[in-house]
Amino acid sequence: MTAPSGSEIKVIPIELMPKTRGYLPRGLTFLAVAIIILMLLIIMTNIILNGIGVIDWGFLSRPPEDGMTAGGIFPAIFGTVALVILMVIAVVPVGVLAAIYLQEYTRPDSYLMRVIRVAINNLAGVPSIVFGLFGLGFFVGFVGGGMDKIFGNSQGPVWGQPAIIWASLTMALLTLPVVIVSTEEALRTIPRELKEASYALGGTKLQTIGRIILPQAMPGILTGAILAVSRGAGEVAPIMFTGAAYYLPYLPSHLHDQFMVLGYHIYVMATQSPDVEKTKPILYGTVLVLMVLSFMLNFVAIFIRSNMRKKRAGG
Amino acid sequence: MPAADKILETVMEKSVETTDDRQFDINNLKMTIRDLNFYYGANQALFKVSLDIEANKVTALIGPSGCGKSTFLRTLNRMNETIPGIRMEGTVLLDGKDIYKEFKDASVIRTRVGMVFQKSNPFPKSIFENVAYGLRVNGINDSKTIKEVVEESLKNAFLWDEVKDKLEVSANMLSGGQQQRLCIARALAIRPEVILMDEPASALDPLSTSKIEDLIGELKKNYTIVIVTHNMQQAARISDYTAFFYEGVLVEFGYTKMIFSRPQKKKTEDYITGRFG
Repeated sequence: MTAPSGSEIKVIPIELMPKTRGYLPRGLTFLAVAIIILMLLIIMTNIILNGIGVIDWGFLSRPPEDGMTAGGIFPAIFGTVALVILMVIAVVPVGVLAAIYLQEYTRPDSYLMRVIRVAINNLAGVPSIVFGLFGLGFFVGFVGGGMDKIFGNSQGPVWGQPAIIWASLTMALLTLPVVIVSTEEALRTIPRELKEASYALGGTKLQTIGRIILPQAMPGILTGAILAVSRGAGEVAPIMFTGAAYYLPYLPSHLHDQFMVLGYHIYVMATQSPDVEKTKPILYGTVLVLMVLSFMLNFVAIFIRSNMRKKRAGG
Repeated sequence: MPAADKILETVMEKSVETTDDRQFDINNLKMTIRDLNFYYGANQALFKVSLDIEANKVTALIGPSGCGKSTFLRTLNRMNETIPGIRMEGTVLLDGKDIYKEFKDASVIRTRVGMVFQKSNPFPKSIFENVAYGLRVNGINDSKTIKEVVEESLKNAFLWDEVKDKLEVSANMLSGGQQQRLCIARALAIRPEVILMDEPASALDPLSTSKIEDLIGELKKNYTIVIVTHNMQQAARISDYTAFFYEGVLVEFGYTKMIFSRPQKKKTEDYITGRFG
């Protein structure tokens, strides 16, 4: 393209602004990080310094004594671990199967599936106290009460009262969206080519899911389980009405027993103690144990997951 | 199935009367495709495609991108069914049996009509387990049999010598060309009758490509091969028959040497001489 002869190419003068150095954004973002780290440090040092003193073998292995102003927290540790294990047993299979259905057996982009997905995400946003009330009404009252009627427990409620099984199921319901979402995320990342390779070799859908899709999605499923465990170990509201006991001198030995749990024990000691000053060191110690316990659970799961990743990549 | 018989009859008549230059051994037809229409949602991808595939020959499908040749290939082992929102009309016969109507489960078809994909897609498993997979999902569990078949398949795919000492190593450690030959070995392990190949060498270097081509030449002794390729020279080198697709229509089909030396249609000539596509 040549300009017609006689015309001139015009250049409009513009002035580029001089660049400022980006001190401000850098400073602001750094400040945000610094605040977070500072808060974390304050919380951690406060708990560790005040809590470490009471922790010894006796504290970890004995039940509370003298109205929780002395003794240990063993029933609460036991109850927390038992609660989390039962919850995982309930939530992982249901969550994984639901995610497989949503991703593999339906058209994930269809209108109905989008509505279902929104519903699941909303489930995650329901306040935990609502789950607690639901668990009381549905599991304890309806399911448990119904079981008592069927089994004819006329002496008094056996299943139809707060118990570790109902607390675990309530907690499973609360953590279900986490497991579904992270499993779905993992299923989405599995390359279409791998599924096609399996189909092309005569693999059925079930075989493809069992032999190719699930092993590939395992790290994602574990991530979901980790998140569920972290949440489950710390939540108090959903189990207050459904199974957690204020104080129990014995350990739960049956699914329909009540149980003590660390989070609720902390709440009880902080608000209901007859002697707040005497309870304080035990309270700090309990908080420290709860934190270490959930870190440990996380750590174990992360370890398993990274091992699995290495195995998959290497051989 | 009377419907299938009727179609076969018309196939024979047609094959005889349209002999322009192709002389089909009509008793040796492996697959017969009649009046195939294919839709992705509202978009029609194939228009009334009819084609015969002779046993123990290599049939090449050529045409510009988006012409429907891969779609067509994937109707031959019902692979298209894994995509939501598709619709198909027409008949695909394998040894005279309608693969869409006379087989309840698509997985049975796929054990008889194997497939090798454009991008090598080994499972994130060991070399051995990749080849053994097809056996395991088809109910073969005897470890001695599996071992023998794995070795035989790797040998037939010209890969054995390169991997025999590292069968337990992850398939992801192999080079691109080796991975593709592993995928071929994997397809061979379940002893299919037909092997569909969707641009199997398009992502490979020239040396690996020539290895794959040599392999195809060997395989056609025992298998019927249908291959999609973008590479004209490759189609000319390795195939016995060539089908030229354009915008979802089968424009021309015949002996490869005829198609490349004396194409009957202007469109075909334009394409193979590189005037478009």
